[in-house]
Amino acid sequence: MAVEVQAAPGVNKKATTSTFARVGRYTLTRLVTLFFTMMVGVYLTILIANMGGYVDQIMKAQIREETTMSMMNNKGFQKMSTDERSKLLEATITQEENRLGLNTPFMVRSFRYLGNALTLNLGYAQNMTSDSGSKQVRLIILGRLPATLLLMGTSELFLFFSTLFLALALSRHYASFWDKLTIALSPSSTVPPWLYGIFLILIFAALLRILPFGGLTDTPVPTNPFLYALSVLKHLALPGLSLILASFFLSIYNWRTFFLIYSSEDYVEMAKAKGLTARNIERRYILRPTLPTIITQFALLLISVWQGAIITETVFLWPGLGRTLYTAIGFYDTPVIVGTTIIYAYLLALTVFVLDFVYALVDPRVKVGE
Amino acid sequence: MTMNNFKKTLREIARYPSAVVGAVVILVLIGVAIYTMITIPYQKAIDLWRGGEDVWYQNPKTVPPEWFNLFTSKKEPISFVINDKKGNLIRTVKTHSDGSSTITLTYKFDYKYDDFPQDIALYFNTKFLKKQPFASLVWITPDGRKIKVSNFAVPNQFTYRLSQDSVLQTKLNGVDPMIALFTDPKAKSTKNPVPVKGTYQLEITGIAWEKNSDISAEFVFQGQVAGLAGTDFYRRDLMVALLWGVPVALAFGLIASVGTTVLTMVIAAIGAWYGSWVDGLIQRITEVNLVLPFLPILIMIGTLFSRSIWVILGATVALSIFTGQIKAYRAIFMQVKETTYIEAAKAYGASNWRIITLYLIPRMIPTLIPSLVLSVPSFVFLEASLAVLGLGDPTLPTWGKIIDDAYNYGALYKGLYYWILEPAALLMITGLAFALLGFALDRIFNPRLREA
Repeated sequence: MAVEVQAAPGVNKKATTSTFARVGRYTLTRLVTLFFTMMVGVYLTILIANMGGYVDQIMKAQIREETTMSMMNNKGFQKMSTDERSKLLEATITQEENRLGLNTPFMVRSFRYLGNALTLNLGYAQNMTSDSGSKQVRLIILGRLPATLLLMGTSELFLFFSTLFLALALSRHYASFWDKLTIALSPSSTVPPWLYGIFLILIFAALLRILPFGGLTDTPVPTNPFLYALSVLKHLALPGLSLILASFFLSIYNWRTFFLIYSSEDYVEMAKAKGLTARNIERRYILRPTLPTIITQFALLLISVWQGAIITETVFLWPGLGRTLYTAIGFYDTPVIVGTTIIYAYLLALTVFVLDFVYALVDPRVKVGE
Repeated sequence: MTMNNFKKTLREIARYPSAVVGAVVILVLIGVAIYTMITIPYQKAIDLWRGGEDVWYQNPKTVPPEWFNLFTSKKEPISFVINDKKGNLIRTVKTHSDGSSTITLTYKFDYKYDDFPQDIALYFNTKFLKKQPFASLVWITPDGRKIKVSNFAVPNQFTYRLSQDSVLQTKLNGVDPMIALFTDPKAKSTKNPVPVKGTYQLEITGIAWEKNSDISAEFVFQGQVAGLAGTDFYRRDLMVALLWGVPVALAFGLIASVGTTVLTMVIAAIGAWYGSWVDGLIQRITEVNLVLPFLPILIMIGTLFSRSIWVILGATVALSIFTGQIKAYRAIFMQVKETTYIEAAKAYGASNWRIITLYLIPRMIPTLIPSLVLSVPSFVFLEASLAVLGLGDPTLPTWGKIIDDAYNYGALYKGLYYWILEPAALLMITGLAFALLGFALDRIFNPRLREA
């Protein structure tokens, strides 16, 4: 697909074969590098999530304490002799340690985690369960994905398109009142969403009492699908708004500056001189060359949705992926941590890989592998 | 930068009102930080913040600051204490022939508020050998009524809380003592009780049975407002943490930002200058770093390893060096590398290090300064974010930790808005000040199409 784009006018057959070779070679090196990069990144995450094996000691101590406590409360256990008791205790502890795989050295286990992660064999969580009670990491992640997609998806998509079009409009009215206002308001985007969230909760939930403090739905959960949707929408309003507020003006400002740089190019002046309509100039001479950047931003946005927003989800008690990851860290649940990381890594690598070709597709000046 | 250049920059900044506001706020914050570190030294701040009831017993729980009264028509009672050193305390001692003595302690105070206090407590301190002194308490209202509060034998150290005396409450027809002691029983409205204003007195008549026996008590009036910043659930004065939050936030933000920016630039310069495998390695590390989840890794370090602010700071800087910024710097260095004056430097035999530090890096100052100032808020907010997740430094009092405490206590649900608003507003002001200055600097140093 990318190859056809490479075929500039007047290219003969020989050139096309060499294009094939070049693209092929490039694709292969790129794939290998990306895979290697991803592998190192994920392995580092595994090491950090276990503090290089230190977490094993924490978990062992925890197992010992919990097992001892539960045995102490057991009437039958109290009647045993000291010897029997310590024997049973040690056996139970070993059994629990084996269940969590702590009998295998961490270094061996870390490579097993890596192998499973790279083959997307997400396996079973150590301590967490999904809402339906399953221990499968896949189900835990899938269970939380809709909430995150809803929150991040709506707010990020809204942000992307609204700021893009507002910026395009602003770039036509350079130095107007609205332009100046946007510039003046752009520092507001240094404040993180959760801080806006706190102020929004204060105003709309605590003072005005028109929107809920947090959560995904009302309790009890409405059974009527329409009421359910309405309830979710009501709960979505504040976290969504805080995510939007936290990047709105800076995003417009950045896009507007970006479009302005492109609209001062000579070929745009030329088009204006030719008497083309503003719409035409915008579509053919401004949007076309900026398309690769717009697509990149959009692709990065789509994968950023995957990570969720840990703190915003925490402040709004939103049961999304970010919150799950935070809980997993608290439970030392490596499979869940690795599961979310590997999917992000794959999505990132895939996006980076595809983008190279997309550039070549939309921008004739770009050639793959050069 | 020469002196002239510096003056020119200052003049440029003065042209942007937003930058002036930002700069003034930053200077004020730096002033407050210095003031705080001098008046409340580090160890004292930690002792205060970790102190319990013994340090903070004079404060009411979860009440807003005193200046709230300036904005409301209903005046809330201000907290105060009466003891040997402070307030209106009259002490008379009458010694009897058998060696025993009668000690009267009269606490007098003016009450001109429209609401009732949270609690009134007496902290007794007695001296005796065998027999505990005996105290009887009488409450005298402005209209001259005398209410017998209680009487009891007083051990060595003893706290008596009027609001928690159920016998007293029964005596007062089941009305909360804090309301009943301040209202006129003949008043018609029982739904919206109004306190009687005027001078109240609490009289303690103590009988010390032994010769050297003594009785004294501190009168602690816990109102509905306290201090300049209010108090939290542990009766702590929020001012301690609000003040100490300033140096912590500034230090974290500035150190992280300077560390990250300078290291990023130096590493980019080294990569661009040496090229080959050095450059390749830096590029690969950057790509790997893009895969690493930034915030989750900081959370892991905070949860599993250490919550110390220095550890988190180090990890933050380490993870922030190899980002897209390093690629941007590298691109500029690659251009600078090809310029003629670098060639001239090579010709006169300048060392690699000399070229990097004297010729490459200075060229970056215009890009460096705005991005340095602009990255401060993100680090300030990062520190607060971690605290909000419960991963704040275990010893330091910070803004993020106040928000975390307040959130866990449900401050917003319970209407204790001041508790969250104070640290949140300070965070916002600090972040915005750096952002305003940074944006203006960016426009001054990189005047492309940014200006309208």
